[in-house]
Amino acid sequence: MANSFNPTLAVEAHDLVKVFPRGNVRALDGVSLEVEAGTVLGLLGPNGAGKTTVVRILSTILGPDTGRATVLGHDVVSQADAVRRIIGLAGQYAAVDENLTGRENIHMVGRLSHLSRKVASRRAGELLEEFGLAGAGDRVLKTYSGGMRRRLDLAAALVANPPVLFLDEPTTGLDPQSRQGLWVAIEELVRDGTTVLLTTQYLEEADRLARDIVVIDHGRVIAEGTPAQLKADLGTSVVSVTLGDRDAMEQTVPLLTPFSEKPPVVEDLVVELTVTDGPRAGADVLRALDAAQIPIAGLALREPSLDDVFLSLTGHKTTIDDDAEEAKPKRGLGRARKGDVADGKDAA
Amino acid sequence: MTTTITAPVRLSQPPSQGNRLSWAVSDVMTITWRNLLALTRTPEALFFTTLQPIMFVLLFTYVFGGAIHVPGGHYIEFLMPGIFVQTVIFGAMSTAAGLSEDLHKGLIERFRALPMSRAAVLAGRTTADVVRNVFVVALITAVGYAVGFRIGTNVALFVCGVLLILLFAYALSWGFAFIGLSAPNAETAQVMVFPLIFPLLFASSAFVPVATMPGWLQGFAYHQPVTQVVNAARSLMVGGVLHDSGAVVASLLWCAGLLVILAPVAVRKYRKVA
Repeated sequence: MANSFNPTLAVEAHDLVKVFPRGNVRALDGVSLEVEAGTVLGLLGPNGAGKTTVVRILSTILGPDTGRATVLGHDVVSQADAVRRIIGLAGQYAAVDENLTGRENIHMVGRLSHLSRKVASRRAGELLEEFGLAGAGDRVLKTYSGGMRRRLDLAAALVANPPVLFLDEPTTGLDPQSRQGLWVAIEELVRDGTTVLLTTQYLEEADRLARDIVVIDHGRVIAEGTPAQLKADLGTSVVSVTLGDRDAMEQTVPLLTPFSEKPPVVEDLVVELTVTDGPRAGADVLRALDAAQIPIAGLALREPSLDDVFLSLTGHKTTIDDDAEEAKPKRGLGRARKGDVADGKDAA
Repeated sequence: MTTTITAPVRLSQPPSQGNRLSWAVSDVMTITWRNLLALTRTPEALFFTTLQPIMFVLLFTYVFGGAIHVPGGHYIEFLMPGIFVQTVIFGAMSTAAGLSEDLHKGLIERFRALPMSRAAVLAGRTTADVVRNVFVVALITAVGYAVGFRIGTNVALFVCGVLLILLFAYALSWGFAFIGLSAPNAETAQVMVFPLIFPLLFASSAFVPVATMPGWLQGFAYHQPVTQVVNAARSLMVGGVLHDSGAVVASLLWCAGLLVILAPVAVRKYRKVA
């Protein structure tokens, strides 16, 4: 089992299938992925794509129906205990104990990771410091904001210095500043050699943190590669026209539609066209608009974003739906809502 | 966020075989500690759960007591063992609510990804309940003393009575753990427990003699575990006309039976849901 272990791969999953009997949801339909040691893999997908299920299987919480997976060569089913000693898990819902202080939370996870009392205490102090929670360390978690909870959740996941880290939508629902802070923390961990598998709905997050990206939808891998490869594979650019006023929109869309490979995306005063030859299409569009005497406020040519990649792969835009995730068959929704209410309260 | 995150140095070591058991014990202690700590962080909850039995003592002694005629004639002595049992049963409700909350807030999910003992989450919860019960029973005893309760046997037998009640509560809390893991949320868990508790508690000898109930109810009331445990506690704490060695044996059998059935059922449920 362990003899096929490739030392450069920290995480390997082969053909994972998981069907949830309740509602007969085929959450995973043969997902395979590999994470090279010391890198970040971004697992991307819309709500219900199966991202959380992958993380739950890799972190031994859930067994796959078929297929197998290893973490640093240890099988997640038959050697689950060994896997648990080398992974850290931080979840979307900041699984922390509200009645304990930040320090007590980290200490508890440390003790349950079988660190000695002394080491657990020392690590709690270090991690509170590193995550900017030193001042709040002895406050009960009920008083923490959403961003602070998320940082504490990540800190607790790091208490035993796990070489492999699973982060399930670590920044969903966070304000931009807290998100930025977590990104920096994750980058530092990776620089120091930690392997990270990260699920996210934020393409910007994957673009910034991940070396490789796997896109899943309906429990299947629909694309993989580096962010640059995925964008290049799209083979298109975007011409973005901003109109001077709304009145011209009615006339503009039919005029520009022939230039676009796909139906134009219209948002507010902006019309976006998908084109193969950007510069030429830009010039053609300008000429057409000029001939029709439609005044414009701006015209821009840009490379595709991961958003465009996502749109072309899944047929829909990523929606940052705070009601979030996913094929958690039981009580998933109830929990998500609860978390949102708490977050909202914290933000206020 | 500063920049001193240390390189991954493995801090946790794979356990040797002998270490496994000592870590399991340590895990149970950690979870127990965490549950007790949480209890002190919600002092208002602790206050009201202890206030409730105190009010029951006062209510039954001064309001209903005069109307209830019991063997031996002293209602307070008849009442106190019943109050002890009532208190620990009501306390076990927090087992259900607490576990349900852990489950739905994702804490148990985190526990499942740690190299800790699988049984520790439930064992730590039920152990914390025992500690809380010791505290509450001591407090109620003091209140009982203030309103005229006296140990009729001796201190050693009284302590045996307390231990019996704690054992009963321990067995029950596995059942409540099962309910907590089955409920969709903590609030529902609490409500689900009531229809179970009320018939057992009030159709028992806890507050009134079973003999005063209608004949059709007496059969159930006399044989059900709460009556047997209450009668056994009376026998050990008060004695005299309330002496009932049969109940002591029956209650021990009930505790053993409940524990043997409920603990595996709860553990199985835990493995399934978490």
